[in-house]
Amino acid sequence: MGSIPITRSTILMNHWATGLLGGVLIGSAAVLLLWSIGRIAGISGIVNGVAGAAPGDRAWRIAFLGGMTIVGGVLLLFVPTPPPRFQTGPASLLLAAGFLVGFGTRLGNGCTSGHGVCGLGRFSKRSLAAVVTFMAAGMATVLVMRHVPGFSP
Amino acid sequence: MKFALSAAFASGALFGAGLAISGMTNRFVVLGFLDVFGAFDPTLLFVMGGAVAVTAIAFRRVLKRPAPACGGGFHVPTADALDTRLIAGAAIFGIGWGLAGFCPGPVLVGAAAGLRDAWIFVPAMLAGSFVAGRLHQ
Repeated sequence: MGSIPITRSTILMNHWATGLLGGVLIGSAAVLLLWSIGRIAGISGIVNGVAGAAPGDRAWRIAFLGGMTIVGGVLLLFVPTPPPRFQTGPASLLLAAGFLVGFGTRLGNGCTSGHGVCGLGRFSKRSLAAVVTFMAAGMATVLVMRHVPGFSP
Repeated sequence: MKFALSAAFASGALFGAGLAISGMTNRFVVLGFLDVFGAFDPTLLFVMGGAVAVTAIAFRRVLKRPAPACGGGFHVPTADALDTRLIAGAAIFGIGWGLAGFCPGPVLVGAAAGLRDAWIFVPAMLAGSFVAGRLHQ
């Protein structure tokens, strides 16, 4: 493969640059939510509160999730980042994974955003422990699924 | 009330834009980050680094204010001790994350964009959360 000329579009496609830009936007969103209404931008916690919350505690969750899915979803259709749009994996694997993610984030009170983006930003010891644990568990799982013969779906 | 809801919507919009632009809705980018012994993809490190850099600087200033801009109080976790529930939950979440490469934020944005895998994952995720909620009542 020859060298790729650096153009505007290849700069845009550089994953570290779009990753950093996206990360700054996500962090700014978390700051905006804490500054305005005093809430932590943890997606699993926000989702979990929709069903069980008191009526006065529900509207902001729906507003947040609406903004996230509408703007994120529309952007995803147009932004030239790398989504293979119709990725397909085995349904059984996706169902099992989804169940574990829902169960684990509820039990552990947070996910990548609540413990990661927000918890680490608060220098929370619990969140640091959670982040180290779920990253290690995720890496171990990928190690088994991709590199131990007989496990890959 | 109106300002509070607009702020929540704007925050969600920023959050969703960040997830879409960063590539985190592509589960194979996430799996690449977790594949430290294979085709490692550092993108997630830059996303998390950028986000935590902002929150680490700004949260401290925000929390020094007497109250949020829309009134009320700050709803910030106060617990500090580690417990098995936290670690077990994080470990179970991590296994599911490593199986598919989806976590709650990106998969919801992916579902909104019509990703087939996200549509399979989200109902199972809600079911898992429901079951865990029931067990811990």
